[in-house]
Amino acid sequence: MKIVSANRLLDGIVVYLTAQDTWSEDVTQAAIAESDEEVKRLEGLADQAVADNLVVGPVVGAINRDGAKVIPIRNMERIRSLGPTIRPDLGKQADTFRVSNA
Amino acid sequence: MYRYDEFDHQFVRERVEQFRDQVERRLKGDLTEDQFKPLRLQNGLYLQLHAYMLRVAIPYGTLSSRQMHKLADLSAKYDKGYGHFTTRQNIQYNWISLADTPAILEELAEVEMHAIQTSGNCIRNVTADHLAGASADEIEDPRPYAELIRQWSTLHPEFAFLPRKFKIAVVGSEKDRAAIRFHDIGLCLVKNDEDEVGFQVHVGGGMGRSPFVAHQIRDFLPKEDLLAYVEAILRVYNQFGRRDNKYKARVKILVHEAGLDEIRAAVEAEYGHLQGGRLTIPRAEQDRILAYFQDPEFETLSDTDIAYERALQENPDFARWVKNNTHPHKKPGYVSATIALKSTGEAPGDADTHQLHVLADLGERYSFDELRVSHEQNVILPHVRKIDLIEIWATLVDAGMGAPVSGLIADIIACPGLDYCALANARSIPVAQEISQRFANLEAQQDIGPLKLKISGCINACGHHHVGHIGILGVDRKNEELYQITLGGSGEEDASIGTIIGPGFPADKITDAVETTVGTYLDIRQDENETFLQTYRRVGATPFKERLYGTA
Repeated sequence: MKIVSANRLLDGIVVYLTAQDTWSEDVTQAAIAESDEEVKRLEGLADQAVADNLVVGPVVGAINRDGAKVIPIRNMERIRSLGPTIRPDLGKQADTFRVSNA
Repeated sequence: MYRYDEFDHQFVRERVEQFRDQVERRLKGDLTEDQFKPLRLQNGLYLQLHAYMLRVAIPYGTLSSRQMHKLADLSAKYDKGYGHFTTRQNIQYNWISLADTPAILEELAEVEMHAIQTSGNCIRNVTADHLAGASADEIEDPRPYAELIRQWSTLHPEFAFLPRKFKIAVVGSEKDRAAIRFHDIGLCLVKNDEDEVGFQVHVGGGMGRSPFVAHQIRDFLPKEDLLAYVEAILRVYNQFGRRDNKYKARVKILVHEAGLDEIRAAVEAEYGHLQGGRLTIPRAEQDRILAYFQDPEFETLSDTDIAYERALQENPDFARWVKNNTHPHKKPGYVSATIALKSTGEAPGDADTHQLHVLADLGERYSFDELRVSHEQNVILPHVRKIDLIEIWATLVDAGMGAPVSGLIADIIACPGLDYCALANARSIPVAQEISQRFANLEAQQDIGPLKLKISGCINACGHHHVGHIGILGVDRKNEELYQITLGGSGEEDASIGTIIGPGFPADKITDAVETTVGTYLDIRQDENETFLQTYRRVGATPFKERLYGTA
């Protein structure tokens, strides 16, 4: 299972290509490719988004699923999907952190 | 401190406007990422894991309180409330938006700062001894020469597309507090037999995947020939440095492959053409720059003070901070004070907005409006009266910056690592945090004595692990973070590169391994005056290997 991430051109925030051919900050919204053809199709969409100056540096990354959770396998991709491990108050994980500290 | 003249102001303002236009063109799609990337890098803007990262130069580590306040304001306005001081005397903001960058650069220009040449294959921010102009052991303040190099190298057209980046460091004392032997060019002010002051020149040092201690290429260089000689080195490098392989493109590889004698001959030949020409520094210009670095108006003080001595006796916590975090000053009654951004469990080199403002206030109130940042990721008040130390210390403790650990094991250097950096293979900061927590006991740290522990999250070695007495290198092995230990490195005048002592340790074992390493040292040192590095150099790696791996 693979997903495509990139950085949004305007602010550099990590975004994920969704099934609707949009880009979401939330990894759980990522379109999950289960075949080589599907990966290729997503890469094509990502390349178009680069050409359209929406995102930069798209990368394909393998994931595991745990219920609704989408967990990138590579350490770097996992950290990108959450935020710095040393600052749970920052990055995408910050919302979870705020809820758990409420 | 150096102050911009009208030319400097105009130059930096024009540069901001140029980048504003480039950003607009990028956002409109008139520039592709391939076209834009080198432009943003030339302005210090990287794309990292979570956002853009802006690296702002603090030339030779010197800044005013006004500038520090501005760095604090920027951290609140455009970032997430903190900044990270690096091993290159820069500050990095981790959460920058491309769209905001021109406005940030405009605000920096207001306080005579910029991010030019903090990236790219050019001459980078010139670094210097953080105690320059203050230390008792100094021959001469190296910063005027660092400033001359800064002016000469800024947008130097001949050196805008070097084979690879190029770093220059300058010190004014025999004691090397700027790791000059690990720079492309290291300059050390020395006196010759005639008692004239000039430069000892080192070339070809560096860390990264191929670490080298620099070679001394010249024993004595007259000061007025500084730029001619440095330009000669750059020309030889620009012509002969490899461009076919980025891993072999630094001048250290050129010196290593060609040999020092051949490089020296080529540099001296080029220097022969340049010496006495347009690069000879005119006396008037030298004096103009020197005037900016005149001593502040020091008071005539006794070197001791009854109230200060009493505070030392009555307050052991204060006394410990003074013992570890102050350095002898050239003027009686003054010291330089190191503010270690290394509180237990904190990220080395990080300071939040409030702390940055506190630092600025302390500089303004107690240190003639001047602060320094060191390559060891600390901030220094260069000129403080001993009688003010108790108030300074109390303010620092209140602000969470009173760690009395300068030069001890908790004074760790760590790169941002995989928590932020797109090049990293492993995390650095959590390792630093855990080690600082394990060694939180100050008595124990004091007993261990001087120990430099440095951590890098990849082989590029921004965390200077090669020159740590204990170095830690994070690597990725099949998606597992492993940490290799090196021992015996030094970035100072007794420069050496640490030796890898064995297989790496997993993240949950590396702190134990450091503790075992330190425990081995404590068991085998001759006495408490023999430092970790001295012990290692006396006995070698074997006893450490035996304790860590059960076999030599």
